[in-house]
Amino acid sequence: MEKTPILKFGDTLIVSIQTELHDKAASRLQEDILNQVQKNNSQAVVIDVSSLEIVDSFIGRMLSNTAEMAALMHASVILVGISPAVSITLVELGLNLGGVKTALDLESAMELLQNDKASFFGSEKLDSQADNADEISKDAS
Amino acid sequence: MNIYAIESENDVIGARHFIRDLVKEKGFGLIDQTRLTTITSELVRNIVLYAGKGQVLAYDVMNGSTNGIKIEFKDSGPGIQDIEQAMQDGYTTKGGLGAGLPGSKRLSDEFYIESESGKGTKITVIKWLKA
Repeated sequence: MEKTPILKFGDTLIVSIQTELHDKAASRLQEDILNQVQKNNSQAVVIDVSSLEIVDSFIGRMLSNTAEMAALMHASVILVGISPAVSITLVELGLNLGGVKTALDLESAMELLQNDKASFFGSEKLDSQADNADEISKDAS
Repeated sequence: MNIYAIESENDVIGARHFIRDLVKEKGFGLIDQTRLTTITSELVRNIVLYAGKGQVLAYDVMNGSTNGIKIEFKDSGPGIQDIEQAMQDGYTTKGGLGAGLPGSKRLSDEFYIESESGKGTKITVIKWLKA
């Protein structure tokens, strides 16, 4: 059985689910993610499900549970790549993933994390963003 | 008629592919393909969980000029004690989510359960091709 790789990028873990997961593989992935969060002191986990043709109640529950468990370890989970068909099916199935943060794609998820960090640490990040904004407005004029 | 035998947990994914290929070929759109594949995943997992073994049977059906597909999920397991209760969101006897039956009904156009205690269960799902 193939193992889903978990990539480390700074304090973020990136998990791209590329193959359909058997139930056992899904449970193992959940444990792997939590172990890596602890090992790397990760602040965030981005899970990309864009390759999945369907998300059924089992995988849906695994994903929302993983988000809850990671939150207990002070890491936030962002789910990316939910297609229109998967989104419609999840709602009709009656699965509530309300507590899980989502982003359209990996890039937006990384931006979301940057913004969260900026509002958490305050001045430093925001100052550098303001500097950039200055430069852009100078260029424009 | 097409038939797929359910023998183990691994057949959840196998049956999904079986149904997805069939309904794609029949001309169902992506969203209905996803609905039917998801229904298959839920109901085949139930077969594995509650009965161990079973079958998925797929038939072409017609209503006037409308084409559709009928899928039967059959097993010879313990049967469903209380169908009304089993159709309630969140009700489960195996520690699942309780989304499988009521959720699959919402994803179907027509949905029927026949079950006899000790003899097994047959769930029939029909989806019509939208013109």
